[in-house]
Amino acid sequence: MSVIVKKVAQLLSGLIFMYGVYIITHGHLTPGGGFAGGALLAGSMILLVLAFGSDVMGLKKRETGSSIIENSAILVFILFATIAMLVGTRVFFHNFLPVGTLGELISAGVIPLYNIFVGMEVGAALFTIFLALVIYKEEVLK
Amino acid sequence: MEAILTIILIFMILGAIYSLHARDLLSALISMGIVGYGLVICFLLLKAPDLAIVQILVETITLVIMVSVVLDSTRHELKEKASIVHDGQSFINSRYVGNIFIGVLIALVLLYTYHFAIENLSAFGEHLMRMSGPYLEDAAGTTGSANMVTGVVFDYRGYDTLGEATILVTAVVGVLTVLRIQGRK
Repeated sequence: MSVIVKKVAQLLSGLIFMYGVYIITHGHLTPGGGFAGGALLAGSMILLVLAFGSDVMGLKKRETGSSIIENSAILVFILFATIAMLVGTRVFFHNFLPVGTLGELISAGVIPLYNIFVGMEVGAALFTIFLALVIYKEEVLK
Repeated sequence: MEAILTIILIFMILGAIYSLHARDLLSALISMGIVGYGLVICFLLLKAPDLAIVQILVETITLVIMVSVVLDSTRHELKEKASIVHDGQSFINSRYVGNIFIGVLIALVLLYTYHFAIENLSAFGEHLMRMSGPYLEDAAGTTGSANMVTGVVFDYRGYDTLGEATILVTAVVGVLTVLRIQGRK
């Protein structure tokens, strides 16, 4: 890709990543939530890979990094739900942290934590699917 | 409101029909994008911003993946094959008539049973508020979140969200398993 595309991708991908983090963390106040923010995180990484090519980005033959992030994020999500079963009213997925005042950033109990981990999981999953198609194609062509 | 929705739906149907009859595979993919982005406008008109954000991002990522896969395969072979098939085929085959007849017959059977099914539903404007009543009563106070959609998705219906995340993980595992068989030497 030409220099213009590479420079613009470098400048924009950081902004898109921060916008995705904003949508994830404000999921209980504004529209969006974990799934939309996670797709935005994947989008910023995909922009970098498309602009620079996969061998310049230092991607190895296996996509282990994003797989590890995706699986550990869903594991922490299940751990939160199971902890809720051991605390308080013994109900799966119970909201066990204090609810707080409406409209604050730190409120709504355990919902912001659910949003963060679902966002990490969705972003890593979409990026792993994209890498599997890009790296697999290069291996077959060689 | 209904007129704008109808116009956008007609565009989506035309785009889907064109993508079936396109000579070039890249043109077919781009006209499939019409369906996806038209759906984004429909979600915004029906006042569902969460769905619109997710739909536009997933549509863009899917189109990027499909175009990057298509651009490497040989487009010339697909063009030649498409031009050979379209001439010299008789229009009325016995298989066409048989298929259409079976389709119409099953549609009539389903319409007959549909007539019995809608007798037990409530009238057209009234909603069955058995589950929605407690949700609407005090969702902001009980869950603590100002966004009612997030409160329903992660608090009242958290088990379904766990199932949805599991579907995504299973899809990734399936893609990695299928695509890595030839990659390993």
